[in-house]
Amino acid sequence: MNTTTLLGALLPLVPMTAGLVGLLLPPAPRGSAIGEATARRIAAALGVAGAFGALALAVALLVTLDRPAESSTTWIELGGLTVTLGVRLDGAAALVAVAVTTVALAVQIYSTGYLRQGPPGEPDHRYPPYAAQVSLFTAAMLLVVVSGDLILLLVGWEVMGLCSYLLIAHDRRLPEAPAAAMKAFLVTRVGDVGFLLGIALLGVSAGSFRIADVLAHEHGTTTLTAACLLLLAGVAGKSAQFPLHTWLPDAMAGPTPISALIHAATMVAAGVYAITRLWPLFEATPTALVVLGVLASVTLLLGALAATAQDDIKRVLAWSTVSQLGYMTGALAVGSPPAALFHLLTHAAFKALLFLAAGAVIHSVGTTLMSRMGGLRRSMPVTFWCTLIGLGALAGVPPLSGFWSKEGVLAAAEQAALHGDGPAPAWLGWLVWLAGLVGVFVTAWYATRLLLRTFFGPPGTPLGQPPHDPPAVLRWPVLALAVPAALLGLAGFPGWFSRQLQPTPPAASDAVSDLLPPDGLIHLTPTVLLPLALLVLGAGLAWAGWRRGAGADPATALGPLRPVFARAFRLDDVQHTLVVRPTVAMARTARAADERVVDGAVTGTGRAVRALGGGLGVLHRAALPRAAAAVLAGALLIGLAAAVIGATA
Amino acid sequence: MTSGEFLLLAVLALPALGALAVAATPRDRAARLVGTIAAALTLVAAVALVAGRSPGWTATAPAVRPWHAVDLPWVPGLDLRFHLGVDGISWPLVVLTALLTLLCCGYCLWRVPGGGSGRALVALLLVVEVGILGTFLALDLVLFFLFFEVVLLPMYAIIVGWGGDGTDPVALDARRRAGRKFALYTLFGSVLLLVGVYVVVAAAGTADIGALTGGTELSRSTQLAAFTLLALAFAVKSPLWPLHSWLPDAHTQAPTVGSVLLAGVLLKMGTYGLIRVAVGVAPEGARWAAPVLGVLAVAAILIGSLVCLAQTELKRLIAYSSVGHMGFVLLGVATLTATGIQAALIGNVAHGIITGLLFFLAGAIKDRTHTGALSDLSGLRETAPRLSGLLAFAAVASLGLPGLAGFWGEAFAVVAAVESGGALWTTLAVLAAIGGALTAAYLLRLLRRVTHGEPSPAVAALGPKLAGAELVAWTPLVLLALAVGLVPTLVLGVAEAPVEALVGVVAR
Repeated sequence: MNTTTLLGALLPLVPMTAGLVGLLLPPAPRGSAIGEATARRIAAALGVAGAFGALALAVALLVTLDRPAESSTTWIELGGLTVTLGVRLDGAAALVAVAVTTVALAVQIYSTGYLRQGPPGEPDHRYPPYAAQVSLFTAAMLLVVVSGDLILLLVGWEVMGLCSYLLIAHDRRLPEAPAAAMKAFLVTRVGDVGFLLGIALLGVSAGSFRIADVLAHEHGTTTLTAACLLLLAGVAGKSAQFPLHTWLPDAMAGPTPISALIHAATMVAAGVYAITRLWPLFEATPTALVVLGVLASVTLLLGALAATAQDDIKRVLAWSTVSQLGYMTGALAVGSPPAALFHLLTHAAFKALLFLAAGAVIHSVGTTLMSRMGGLRRSMPVTFWCTLIGLGALAGVPPLSGFWSKEGVLAAAEQAALHGDGPAPAWLGWLVWLAGLVGVFVTAWYATRLLLRTFFGPPGTPLGQPPHDPPAVLRWPVLALAVPAALLGLAGFPGWFSRQLQPTPPAASDAVSDLLPPDGLIHLTPTVLLPLALLVLGAGLAWAGWRRGAGADPATALGPLRPVFARAFRLDDVQHTLVVRPTVAMARTARAADERVVDGAVTGTGRAVRALGGGLGVLHRAALPRAAAAVLAGALLIGLAAAVIGATA
Repeated sequence: MTSGEFLLLAVLALPALGALAVAATPRDRAARLVGTIAAALTLVAAVALVAGRSPGWTATAPAVRPWHAVDLPWVPGLDLRFHLGVDGISWPLVVLTALLTLLCCGYCLWRVPGGGSGRALVALLLVVEVGILGTFLALDLVLFFLFFEVVLLPMYAIIVGWGGDGTDPVALDARRRAGRKFALYTLFGSVLLLVGVYVVVAAAGTADIGALTGGTELSRSTQLAAFTLLALAFAVKSPLWPLHSWLPDAHTQAPTVGSVLLAGVLLKMGTYGLIRVAVGVAPEGARWAAPVLGVLAVAAILIGSLVCLAQTELKRLIAYSSVGHMGFVLLGVATLTATGIQAALIGNVAHGIITGLLFFLAGAIKDRTHTGALSDLSGLRETAPRLSGLLAFAAVASLGLPGLAGFWGEAFAVVAAVESGGALWTTLAVLAAIGGALTAAYLLRLLRRVTHGEPSPAVAALGPKLAGAELVAWTPLVLLALAVGLVPTLVLGVAEAPVEALVGVVAR
């Protein structure tokens, strides 16, 4: 193990230690203000220190990593199957780690201010475990990022699900929070059924769960197709792809910094990242890519359309995450992991920015409903400008980051559609490309709507004190995230950054890749005008609708479609009807059958035996004459039998 | 006598003598203390067994290579031998038994469930321990059967004497009924075990498990008959669906310490017996019956989880969860692969740790709120955050979160089924994995009902304090759930060689 791999191994360990220590801190006696404040300070210090330490390690890793590094040791041997403890590091892993830790640090700092108030009039008593859980969440994501073994990856993968469950249920004032938390864990867990089976297939086929061994092994076509399709189920759960996306909008019940953490850098990024990690397997499995591409297109449009009709500002952002994840998986489906990773990184920056800025708005006006906001541009200028940058990046306004990365995705899809490049069939390229273009239009429309409804127009219903920009502890993380949200896209020009995201070239072709100029992530072709035109059209339509209605909701233009979009095509109801209700009915039936039939047979046997015994007992309880007669009859029978047997013998 | 032999005898003698000493000590508290000390010494002896192990010891058949063994003539006229031994398959279970008994005895120092004297309870716990440890250590079939039976009556007495929710006639009747069902049902299993043992011993002419393992002495038809009988007997104890219906009643009615021992180690006698005796002695029968066993195991996983999803009582839910979890263990055994049997072993130990903890916590909640109905419990995290946090930890461990103890057994039972290949085993793997999702569903439902929401009247009166004795009893289990999850070699490191040997003879 050298310095690089040591850094990689320490990366999840540092926040994990901070998290575990934080969970073990004795709870402060409630009511004693001094004890409570101290406990809070210690918890905050631990959380921020853990995140900062991880960020420092991630940056150090990025700087020192000159070529892919790997180190592992056997964790356990289970009957010929090797499970290892180890790290597998490359440029993409280091960059994603930097993104994760940056967002985590911003979220930790932001949370110290955002979670100051619990229920009205008292501080949030459960801040210390909250901070520890955020650390643990970060550690789990980093484990997924650096893990060199599928089982170890699964550990981080599922611990992340647990942490999201704990954090979404944090707010005790929201009655819907526990249900949302449970939904998030359960829906992703359903996907993980497939993920576990996929890992099992790959591990059994390769005889080892080490990613390097799994990638190096020659799997049979059937095994590979089955395994990749099964893995996709897990990816769909974590990365909120149709039809397992339903948990993500509900997860808005969690505190806003948690939404930033889940939507930007952890959890939803894990699925996309896991595919890039196992890319050679997927590349060799066109069936899986076709399925992924179709799901991606559906997810992309579904999320974008659902975002158009929401009134809750966090739900708009949540659905936009679903849609943007569709871009990432779409890029993977048309065979371009670098484009997917590039969009993942820029999305991490601008979505974290948007959520934290939205948190500042919510913090200030005390509601999440856009219908009660408006005119905040003057009272909250810093938040306004930061949101503007974030929304611009989301919609893909040049030269903000999202423009470049989305352009990369669209270019990859266009290549696949027009030239048949990549492993996917051309029709899939067309599908992803067209869906992506429509998505650009819709995204521009709802991003403009969000901006207009929140920051322009007449001031909404005043709630309590007048709105104001947030205090420094909330402001600085937002400002810091605005920088990469604006500029990260420029890093996509050929150079060091884009080289990091390229899949590791095979060792033999080193010489070739040295001769060729490094392939940048940005492809500026004339077709770039197409999404730009759509962007202008979408934003213009939203603005026109807003103007015509004199500050009314542009969503009224949706007409009868509005309630359908607002409820996201009622897929929640479909899920409830097709999965939840049958399961509950089956559970009731199983319980009744178990108690009446299985246990009934047992108790019935007992009762029958008692009845039989009672009956025999009654027969034996006879008066003397009958008893004497019975004894004599018995003696006679035995005597006869003896005589008969004796005679024949 | 070598130190190993001495330790083996000490592991059995210490709790036995302890039980006598407890019974002879007149003062209640002093007696409980004596019992706890005996249990602690037993644990020390049990842990010490791992030291000085001699893996190359080859006096018996190669399939069973005990680290230490004691082989004494017992009833020479009947050719019965007092043959004990410990190896990597039995040692983790021996330590688990000693640990859980110690924790239960320590818990009894602090709180004695209503119904009888604490002295008698501790004495009975120690007698149960002797029986369980003897079962795990016996290397003679007849001796195995005897120890298997020793457990039954004291456990019956614990359920009937100290169990239930109160002293009113209805509760009394309920626990008597549960105790009777437990005793009679498992006695029915024991009859099958006795017949099975008789069939094997009569056909092979020896009762030595070491010599019998591999089934070389037995004809195919004998093996099929023997495996059927033995597997049925162990299926009752494990329990395997549909022979499980004694378990929910017994676990629900038993006092906290009784439930902990029942779920924690008593069930393991069934799975241990299946691996060591049924599969070992009649491998051909095992191969023949494996598909049936696998199907029933998966049925247990799915039905157990579904029933849990519709359960309305805390302890009953946890009791039913054992049916599902033991289904994973039995699925591992049914694959008859090294992966599967190792998964079964670690699943056994993990279930003992986690379900023991869950029953401790359920008992603590019931003791405090005097109700186990999920509809009367909610908002535990508002009034008792620590208790609620521990419950969440135990539930999460129980649903098989990777990184905690429960993961290895369940995930690798699925992996082993995938490894076995073929349409049947692949289907079973898929269904078992779906059962894993259902497990998460019912445990999250439990947490949502009990810990989240507004405090119910029963919960609102709770304070956040935990008693010192509770912390002492629970901390080792919490730490072990974490340690076994992170370092599974703690359990499987010693088991690898004996499992390979066993699979070697089974596959022959």
